[in-house]
Amino acid sequence: MRPILMKGHERPLTFLKYNRDGDLLFSCAKDHTPTVWFADNGERLGTYRGHNGAVWCCDVSRDSTRLITGSADQSAKLWDVQTGTQLFTFNFDSPARAVDFSVGDKLAVITTDPFMGLTSAIHVKRISSDPADQVGESVLVLKGPQGRINRAVWGPLNKTIISAGEDAVVRIWDTETGKLLQENDKDIGHKKTITSLAKSTDGSHFLTGSLDKSAKLWDSRSLTLIKTYVTERPVNAVAMSPLLNHVVLGGGQDASAVTTTDHRAGKFEAKFYDKVLQEEIGGVKGHFGPINALAFNPDGKSFSSGGEDGYVRLHHFDPDYFKIPSI
Amino acid sequence: MAQKPRWGELEEEDDGGDYDYLLPPKQVIGPDEHGLKKIIEYKFNDEGNRVKITTTTRVRKLANARLSKRAVERRSWPKFGDAVQEDVGARLTMVSTEEIIFERPRAPGTKAEDSNASGDPLAQMSKGGAVLMVCRTCGKKGDHWTSKCPYKDLAQPTESFSENPNPSDSSATGATGATKGAYVPPTMRAGAVRTTAGADMRRRNDENSVRVNNLSEDTREPDLLELFRPFGNVSRVYVAMDQKTGMSRGFGFVNFVRREEGERAIAKLNGYGYDNLILSVEWAAPRAN
Repeated sequence: MRPILMKGHERPLTFLKYNRDGDLLFSCAKDHTPTVWFADNGERLGTYRGHNGAVWCCDVSRDSTRLITGSADQSAKLWDVQTGTQLFTFNFDSPARAVDFSVGDKLAVITTDPFMGLTSAIHVKRISSDPADQVGESVLVLKGPQGRINRAVWGPLNKTIISAGEDAVVRIWDTETGKLLQENDKDIGHKKTITSLAKSTDGSHFLTGSLDKSAKLWDSRSLTLIKTYVTERPVNAVAMSPLLNHVVLGGGQDASAVTTTDHRAGKFEAKFYDKVLQEEIGGVKGHFGPINALAFNPDGKSFSSGGEDGYVRLHHFDPDYFKIPSI
Repeated sequence: MAQKPRWGELEEEDDGGDYDYLLPPKQVIGPDEHGLKKIIEYKFNDEGNRVKITTTTRVRKLANARLSKRAVERRSWPKFGDAVQEDVGARLTMVSTEEIIFERPRAPGTKAEDSNASGDPLAQMSKGGAVLMVCRTCGKKGDHWTSKCPYKDLAQPTESFSENPNPSDSSATGATGATKGAYVPPTMRAGAVRTTAGADMRRRNDENSVRVNNLSEDTREPDLLELFRPFGNVSRVYVAMDQKTGMSRGFGFVNFVRREEGERAIAKLNGYGYDNLILSVEWAAPRAN
């Protein structure tokens, strides 16, 4: 396959997200402007100007009209997807990290980093359908975990919030009471910072990637560990194929060590694993730096990766890919 | 001598053009299940003879064009933000010039054979005869392949250099043996964590590399991959292109994961007719720097 290279960002990529129809691809980077691309040919549709810091995460509503972004400028912003206009700004006292719309797009979860004596927190905001009625108050604020929360997503039926971060623990919170429901077992859990978390299409299970060079598959309700995928480099990004039983891990050595080693030695490939057998089935090379973001097109026929090198690489699979035997 | 044609001749040529109705109509066959489309046209050539022109093209579909109504609508959305005043030369979106292969750790279809080999390598060896399994990283014989070496992170690169007297490959030996004043890259210094990384760099490209000569001008990497894939797990294909003209220079390289696969490919494809040219396939000579 010949990937499509998209060079819209001047700084390392942080996050990639497809909309539900799979025709738009949103990219976030450490430069201040999230960008939207057509997911088939990689043409740039527009940029969302207004943030004043690195943008860490984004999410798009199911009908592809609203975009939410979390940024290091201590704000999360709501955008109109079509025009790129800012609809609302949620201001915080510390950098915003992860954002996620709930099922139904009525609520959003935003996490904030520990900063200047403040601890990290998970905020739940109500999202009104008319931006004029939008308010900034949090419905719920969850606190407790030490260190940064790198990712927080909604659990099944919006009843829970799943969070993971620097303390290497996956937590499930009750969205009604704000209580901590479950924490994963220390013995079976990750040993180092969890960098990424991706839900399956149906939300029944999710995948976490960690700097301890492994990725783990968990049940969303019971938080039981289903599978572990071991690799030879820190995992920065994970994705799950919606079509086949494949998981993709992206990573590479630390950015600080990149300049002193060859790109082939840096293990900057996206590695494909069989979801069930936990076996490596393939790799896709190309980036000149660690992979920071991965996303699968909802049709499962293409995926994109974003690297420390500032490129988004959009891969449409060759027919051979679909012939890989699996169970 | 190029002379201006006289009016009389022009008239005649016009007449010639009128005979086009005598030709059979253009035929389009396909695309078939392999994506091959055939177009058959008939024309008069300069001498007035009838010629049949058959053009075979491959139609490749990248993404399924099944789009929702909303998505079709979004297709016509006007650009916004920085995308509005994007100059044509910006080239933000490019198709990679390099063919990226979905690399399989095992060649398709060799699963059973592979697990046998790892289960009882010594038996495999005696059966295979000439196959001698020596790990190039740790030097152990008959225990595992180099790629599966459990000690690869611990190993010192010295053995691999001593067996390889080629001066072009020994940049690291030069560095360690050099006088104090010379610059030693951080990865080569004593106490560096990744001592093997630097040594691997050059060898990767040369390992099990097969040179293919006498390629036709329109052979591209995917074609080469298709041709060589049946012989084993291909880790790289490359077709040399002329920088100025963008035309193929008529040769390319294919790297195999295992040497036997390369040997098999050479045995089979050397002298093979491909695109009306006879291929010559051989081991690539190490790059002379």
